[in-house]
Amino acid sequence: MSSTTSPAATKVGHPILSLNSISKSFGAVAALTDIDLEVSAGEVVAIVGDNGAGKSTLVKVLSGVHSQTSGTIAFDGADVIIPTPMAALQLGIATVFQDLALCDNLSVVDNLFLGRELSPFRLNEVEMETRSWELLKQLSAKIPSVRTPIAALSGGQRQTVAIARSLIGNPKVVILDEPTAALGVAQTAEVLNLVERLRDRGLGVVMISHNMADVKAVADRVAVLRLGRNNGIFNVEDVSNEDIIAAITGATDNVVSRRSARRAAAPATPESKEPR
Amino acid sequence: MTKAPAPSAPTLALDLQDERLQDRTGFRGQLNAFMDKVRAGDLGVLPVVGGLVVIWIVLQALNPIFLSSANLVNLAMECVPVGIIALGVVGVLLVAQIDLSIGSISGLSAAVVAVTSVNMGWPVWLAVLAAVALGVVVGWVYGQVYNRFGVPSFVITLAGLLGFLGLQLYVLGSMGSINLPFDSALVYFAQLAFVPHWLSYVLAVAAAGGLFATDFINAKARKDSGLSAKSLKAIGIRSGLLAVALLLIVGYMNQTRGVGWMFVFFVALTLAMHYLFTRTQWGRSIFAVGGNAEAARRAGINVKAIYTSAFVMCTTLAAVGGVLAASRLAAANQSSGGGDVNLNAIAAAVIGGTSLFGGRGSAFAAILGIIVIQSISSGLTLLNMDASFRFMVTGAVLLLAVMLDSVSRRSRTSHGRA
Repeated sequence: MSSTTSPAATKVGHPILSLNSISKSFGAVAALTDIDLEVSAGEVVAIVGDNGAGKSTLVKVLSGVHSQTSGTIAFDGADVIIPTPMAALQLGIATVFQDLALCDNLSVVDNLFLGRELSPFRLNEVEMETRSWELLKQLSAKIPSVRTPIAALSGGQRQTVAIARSLIGNPKVVILDEPTAALGVAQTAEVLNLVERLRDRGLGVVMISHNMADVKAVADRVAVLRLGRNNGIFNVEDVSNEDIIAAITGATDNVVSRRSARRAAAPATPESKEPR
Repeated sequence: MTKAPAPSAPTLALDLQDERLQDRTGFRGQLNAFMDKVRAGDLGVLPVVGGLVVIWIVLQALNPIFLSSANLVNLAMECVPVGIIALGVVGVLLVAQIDLSIGSISGLSAAVVAVTSVNMGWPVWLAVLAAVALGVVVGWVYGQVYNRFGVPSFVITLAGLLGFLGLQLYVLGSMGSINLPFDSALVYFAQLAFVPHWLSYVLAVAAAGGLFATDFINAKARKDSGLSAKSLKAIGIRSGLLAVALLLIVGYMNQTRGVGWMFVFFVALTLAMHYLFTRTQWGRSIFAVGGNAEAARRAGINVKAIYTSAFVMCTTLAAVGGVLAASRLAAANQSSGGGDVNLNAIAAAVIGGTSLFGGRGSAFAAILGIIVIQSISSGLTLLNMDASFRFMVTGAVLLLAVMLDSVSRRSRTSHGRA
């Protein structure tokens, strides 16, 4: 628990996680081809891409659900293999899946410590509850009572609990899969604040997102996947939405660019039919 | 992690600082919290206790012998075999599975005890051990079939129901019925072993004292960590009420034979299961798997092992129940574990408040549910009504309990209590 209270880390430290030409194929389908990615301490890397670009496959490789077909993963400078979800957790890679994977019938404390209960033969509820409160306070999370079942919480609160749970094992890298996909405006802002707090604590954060606004708001770098390949890694500060979208969709000649070109060419012809 | 950060509001416990929380301290607050829970569909043991009171009043009005000391003593002893089986059923229901073969397994274990101890002359302890080991093996096989082949537990245990009934008949052989000698330790334990009166009072007071001690230690630990805790008064009232209730019950039963050791064994087993379910990592995993198996798997819980352990626990307790049933009857025969044993055990778990949908229930469900079922059975027998009425009434009560489970589940979902 002590390192969850680790002092504010230096901005963007050494690389923690680096992927070296990772490929993953399912039979004849190459879902990922030669992916390179580096995540440093105190950095938020957003991974964007269209449907089928390989984002989820990449997350699954990192979280130990699938193993890569070829390529190497280095964690903290040493080459590692991640055969199971448990191995990923033990290394220090925590994943918050899109469906959160919380048990509705259990309370917030029970969920936070699920699978990692203190003193297995005589559960130390008091210690677990105090730690839960401390953790939630550090994240400035707004949960009225940690003894309420998950079913009673809002979507944003559930996301908060899921993220807080990923921190219990003192990870170095946290992977968030579409953390804001199902959330309202205020809840999205809350989760984005939370992502920034993770970064300020010196964690490497990998965020999968469809939402350009969210990506621009919190990410330091954006990695674009297209058809299972790296299609550019940008610094958020010096890239425009259009550039990212161009990279996502593939080229300067694509549906989006054609559409805007057509708009620019004939702005005053309302009856011009646009083939879809 | 050495010390908690100083709370911003020094007078308020760490877990009560959110301004959205309503005041739930003091007697009034506790009452409000309880009413909220009930309204939201979190009924707990309320329906079964209420139902039991109604059943007892009706049966007592119909036949004044029903609540007599002698009948209650007998009722308590009759509860034990099927109650122990129901305890195992609670375990499988918590992981959202079912075991339909408990009756056959209890019958088989009865047959094994009888054949080995009477026909083959094994010492009683070895015979019992063999029967219980058989239960363990069966549960382990169920777990393997479920985990490896993904066959629904409904079907696996349906096959077990038929298969082990056949094995029971085979083990009993052409004899069909084997009597246990009356001087056997098993028969003595199940029929004649009663707690000495003075000791029963000591046990009752010790139980209340134990509740007081655990509550007190718990409250102290919470207070020391800056969490809200029950007041000493509340703890005292709780354990005081338990002491009074237990002493009254024990005193009433002591007017005749008193409390059977077999019933004490059942209660002790229930308390042990309650501890396992609520205070160990294994119990927490059982509830997690029943609530959301995929989430449990991602949390690093070995879900397959949890399923196997639940099946093993259920079949083992079914075997123990079978041994006690044979001891109580002083015989094992072809109908041991047949008839209504299977459904009574499942019905007891459900009537006691264990959800068929998994992840909700407690060990006390078994004891409460079996008392309801045995009360109906005993009351109707006293009224000279035969099995036909017993089946019909028990069936109606079971349907009522499941309907209540479904309705309160819907209510819980809409009130966010899952």
